[in-house]
Order: sequence, then C-alpha cells, then structure tokens
Amino acid sequence: MQTKSIEQIAAIEQVQELLSQQGYICDRALATVVFLSLKLGRPLFLEGEAGTGKTEIAKALAAALGRRLIRLQCYEGLDAASAVYEWNFAAQMIAIRTAEAAGSADRKALQAELFSDDYLVERPLLQAMRPDEHGAPVLLIDELDRTDEPFEAFLLEALSDFQVTIPELGTIQAPEPPIVVLTSNRTREVHDALKRRCLYHWVDYPDFQRELDILHARAPQASEQLSREIVAFVQSLRTEDLFKKPGVAETIDWANCLLALDAIALSPAVIADTLGAILKYQDDIARLHGSEAKRILDQARAGLDTA
Amino acid sequence: MPDTPPFSLPDNPKLVQNLIHFARALRKAGLPLGPGRVLDAAKAVAAAGFTSREDFYWALHACFVSKPEQRAVFAQVFRLFWRDPRYLEQMMAAMLPAIRGVQEERSAKPAEKRAAEALLDGMQTPTEAPEAEEEEDGSEIEIDSTRTISAEERLRTLDFEQMSTAETAAAKRILAQLKLPVQPIQSRRLIAASRGEQADWRRTLRTAARQGGDLQDMARAKRRIRWPNLVVLCDISGSMSQYSRVILHFLHAAANAKGRGWAKVHGFTFGTRLTNISRHLAQRDVDAALAAAGAEAQDWEGGTRIGDCLHAFNRDWSRRVMGQGAVVLLITDGLDRGDADALGREMQRLQLSSRRLIWLNPLLRWDGFAPRAQGIRAMLPFADSFRAGHSIASLQELADAISCPQDQGDKARLMAML
Repeated sequence: MQTKSIEQIAAIEQVQELLSQQGYICDRALATVVFLSLKLGRPLFLEGEAGTGKTEIAKALAAALGRRLIRLQCYEGLDAASAVYEWNFAAQMIAIRTAEAAGSADRKALQAELFSDDYLVERPLLQAMRPDEHGAPVLLIDELDRTDEPFEAFLLEALSDFQVTIPELGTIQAPEPPIVVLTSNRTREVHDALKRRCLYHWVDYPDFQRELDILHARAPQASEQLSREIVAFVQSLRTEDLFKKPGVAETIDWANCLLALDAIALSPAVIADTLGAILKYQDDIARLHGSEAKRILDQARAGLDTA
Repeated sequence: MPDTPPFSLPDNPKLVQNLIHFARALRKAGLPLGPGRVLDAAKAVAAAGFTSREDFYWALHACFVSKPEQRAVFAQVFRLFWRDPRYLEQMMAAMLPAIRGVQEERSAKPAEKRAAEALLDGMQTPTEAPEAEEEEDGSEIEIDSTRTISAEERLRTLDFEQMSTAETAAAKRILAQLKLPVQPIQSRRLIAASRGEQADWRRTLRTAARQGGDLQDMARAKRRIRWPNLVVLCDISGSMSQYSRVILHFLHAAANAKGRGWAKVHGFTFGTRLTNISRHLAQRDVDAALAAAGAEAQDWEGGTRIGDCLHAFNRDWSRRVMGQGAVVLLITDGLDRGDADALGREMQRLQLSSRRLIWLNPLLRWDGFAPRAQGIRAMLPFADSFRAGHSIASLQELADAISCPQDQGDKARLMAML
C-alpha cells in the first residue's frame, strides 16, 4: 500500500484524479469539498439520498491515500462502550482471581495492571486517535441520522479536539487528526452545532454523462450501447413520481443483473424481470408494470437519439 | 483543533472584507452564520485558490451551507453578490416589507414569481454553480416575498391575532392535564438501576478497583425508555373550519410539552396543499405561534385534496420526520372527492411508515354516522385507530382520544358497516 501525504495534493484536479483511480468518479463540487476537508483538517459532512455514493467516497479516499479505513456504523442507542472503548471485563475478573489465588497483596500494582492497555478493547473512535504507520486513518461515521442526539453531543467533543478521555488512563489525543467523513440519509435533522464544525455537502444524483462514466468505471463489461440505455432509463425514471428514486448504487446493481442475464439491450420484458434491482418499494414497482415501463424506455431512447 | 494547517488569512484585505459582507447578506437571507464560519471561509478560499469561479463557489458553499434548502438561497445570493453588491441591497430592500409583515396585494409578474420560487423552493431549483450570465438577464429580478398567487385556489389567511381570555384559560387548564398519550418505547440505551435485568460490568469493575479488587455487588442496568415523535396532519379545509383553530391550539400545547410524552412534535396542515408548520409551533407564545402558522398555510377554509396532500407528505416528509418511529395523528373528516384508490394507497403507505396511525374524525360525533363517503371508505381500513372527535372543540377530548395507546376506537364498529 502506497501512502500519500496530504501535502502532496496541491490542486482540486489531483483529488479528482486520485479518486477516479479508485473507480470513484466525482464532480468538481464534491472534489472541492474533499480537497478543503483534507487541507483544513475539517470533518466532511455528506448528506444525500441513499445510494448516491456517500459511504463509497470514504472508502475511495482511504484507498487513494493508502490510509486505514475505520468505520463506525451508527444505530439507535450507540454509546461510548461500542463507539470509543470497553474494558475486557472477563480478562479483568480472571486477573483478579489469579491475584487472589497467588496471594499477592499489592493492590496498587493489581489496579494499575487491570486498567492498562492490555485490558482495553478499542472501538472505532479510539482506534482512529491512535498513531498509524501509514498516516492518520480515514474515520467513516456512517448514517449518523440513525443514532440519537446524546451521541451527537458526544461526537462534538471528539471531533473538535480529536481526543477522548478514559478516566482510568487519562486523555488520549490523536497525534495527527484523522480524516473524518460523516454521512447522513437525512431521516432526521442533525443538529446545527455538529454541522457547523464540518464542511457540508449535499450529494445529488449525477447527470447523464457522469453517471455513464461511473457505470463505465464500475461495470466495465457492459457494452457502450447497454450502458447508455441503462443510464438514460434510470435518469428518466428519476423524473417520475416515485416513493424512492433509484440511486447510483442501484444503477450499478442493475447493470450487473443485466450482464448476468446476458441482455444486450433493454426491452420491456427484461425491465419487468429485473425491476427489483432498481425499485425497492412495491408501490413503485406496481406503477411501472405494463405499458408504463415501455413509455419510459421510449422516452429514454428518444432522449438518447437527440443527444 | 490540535494542529490546524498553517493557512493564514488571505493577504488581500478587500477579499476578506467582501467575505464578511457576503456572510452578512446570507445572514439577512436567513442562513444562520456566526463569525467563525467567515474565518473558515477565508481559510477555505486561501486553500482552494481564487482562480476559478466554480471553485470559489463550492469553497464558500462548503463553509456557509448546512442544509439542502439553503443551497438555492446561497446560489441566488452568490450570483447577485459577487457580480454587484449594490444589486443585493436593492433585492434586500424589496424583501423588507415582507419581513416587517406588510403584505401588499398585487399580481406577481412572471419573472418575480420565478425568482421567488428560486429563493424559496430548494427542491426544484438546479443548484449547479452559476455560470457567468449576461447583465440584462438578471436585472429584471425583483423579489416578491409575498405569497405567490394561484388562480384556482381560494387562499385565505385565518386571523389568529387574538385569543380570547376564556380560550387561553381553557388551553392552560387542559395543558396542565395533558397526559402521556402513548406508551414509551424501550430504547437501546442503558441506565443504572439497582434491580435492572442486565449486568453493568463497567461500573462493577470500577467499584471493585476502588475497593482494591474486591468484587462485592454486581452493578445492574436496565434499558432506558424514550418517547416517540408525534406527527400531526391537520385538515384545515372549509368543512373542518370550526375545528382547525382549536386543533392548532392543541398542537401548540403538545409541541411545547416536550419531555412530557413526546420527543418531537411535527405539525402539518393540509387543505389543497401541505404546509409544515413545525417551526412556528416551537414559539413559546401561543398567539405568535398560531399567527405565524396561520400566515404560512395558504389554504385555510378552501377545498380538500386529501389524497394529493398525503402523497406529498409521503414523498417529501415521511422519511425525514418518521425515521425514528413516530405516532401519526391524522385529523380530517375524510370528505374527499378525489381518486379513492389513490387515497387508499397513500393512506396505506402512511400507515406502513408510522408506528401507529390514529385518525380523528369530527363527523363521528353524529350518532347516525356511517362510513358512506368514498374517501372515508378508502381510508378507514388503514387507520390503526379511528376516534371520534366527539366535541373536538375542546382540547380535552383530543388529549383523551390519544391517551389510550391500544384501543382501536370505533374502527371495528365502522368496519362492520363498510
């Protein structure tokens, strides 16, 4: 793994270039925000619909910079024990029993031993604060909206000072701040105090050309003709009144499905068979049954012809 | 931050000054920006360089914007400001009357409407970095911050200026009696409890260490409880006009009784269109809150399009306000002449996304009420509970109606009559 230091990145184009080497195609706006986040050492807060590549950017960034990726998946009730650290209680108990059996009376020494690094179980946030030979890791805090306000408040401290406090050991400070990426699907509003400490970006659905580039990078086996049809169809599908619009992830999935079925071009029958790859709600699938899919396909083809 | 990269502020003091003015303009336009953000922006511009207009735009965007809705406002202000600051003053002057609450009746020119929509409606506006445009294109824009007029709707703002003393007294009394209306949810967070069902190893060991390694008591913990969010969808069409006022009183009371039954209260009104009034409900003063809500919703006592409004809610809001399991209170008479199938589908979607869907129908106070109207027939099967708003004119009935978490209300009786 070749590490790249942040100082070597001097321009926004380089970020775009680095990410595209990892198969992540992004527009100039996103590249600018990533560049600023690296340069200013600020966390990056990405919001957007599901499947627009928010999580993917952290992975691509870690791979491009040769850093370790540490992922903290948020869920309701996430607490310090699962986010920062936990003591290895079973081992501690055994140590106490052993000390009792051996009859050693030095309580101070026992206590120092029990609360040492040996018995510490490190969780993602603490791991990210530890020095790493490849440079500061990329810390991905995924789907922040799934957790609750108390955890957000906790993150405020961790992200503004890049340090965590363990009562028995003291404060642990990151020698070099990790590259932090936070993502949210916006199932609830994240508090402004946290957003204020981050660089914000709304990740939107890509336009036709960019989505085509992404598909080329992610599903290179698909023929040019098929790729164009897939992207055109998904793009016009997004203009329909759907409960959940398909994201880029769905486009890629769908392309892989079609490849597995050896489809050379889209047809209403093929679409009907594979609709489950792009639409995930029964209402939406029901809407597209019958002539509706054909209409959108024709519309997409018409768009391709004029382009 | 421990080691902030060594970016000094840009040498050009003019630029920093302009950034400050730009931030002030954004603040006037409603973006909450502190001085810290301006500092960030200056550093960001220094890092990104001041060569390309697009980079400059996105660098500032990253620092100043923190919500998707703000993107359109940012795009507008950016376009106007970084061309000619005087232009912005003109725009702000145009907005001022509306800010002061003076609303003139005048027909909007097409360009005005467009500009107002661009400023207000973030969802439909493309937010690409604006390209340099010709001067004459922008010079027509004046901000019409009064409401846009639509021809087919009867727009009326209800007068919520004053609340009678009797009403105030009644509201206060009921507010004091407002019970915890639903059962709390078991959260996954733990709280120390002497008789809890789970072992708290961390605390046990910490106590033991304090006592020199002797394990004495085992500390225990139990799961904490939390309150669900409440989402209220309130029909304010003509047929509901007697009730909407008092329902909004109730809503305000519920919104301000946080920690006493509800985590968050989201309020929506609908008649011919859906309006989110949650922000206004957060105001402490009930008169001010209802006046603001009354001004925001534009379809008071007009017609009803329940299906369309529920559709709009499901599409635009349900994922954002119901993510953590919310109880939905739907207050409508169900008199809808639209497509019954579509209405049923939207109602089903609403029920599927909510923790519990309670329908309050004021028509049920009539003894001979039967579910004959097609809207009611379409919606009834999907309500978890169907309650009469017997005398919905009193807040008490409303509070009582939702304080029984398990009951179905009159649903079973009415389902038999379908």
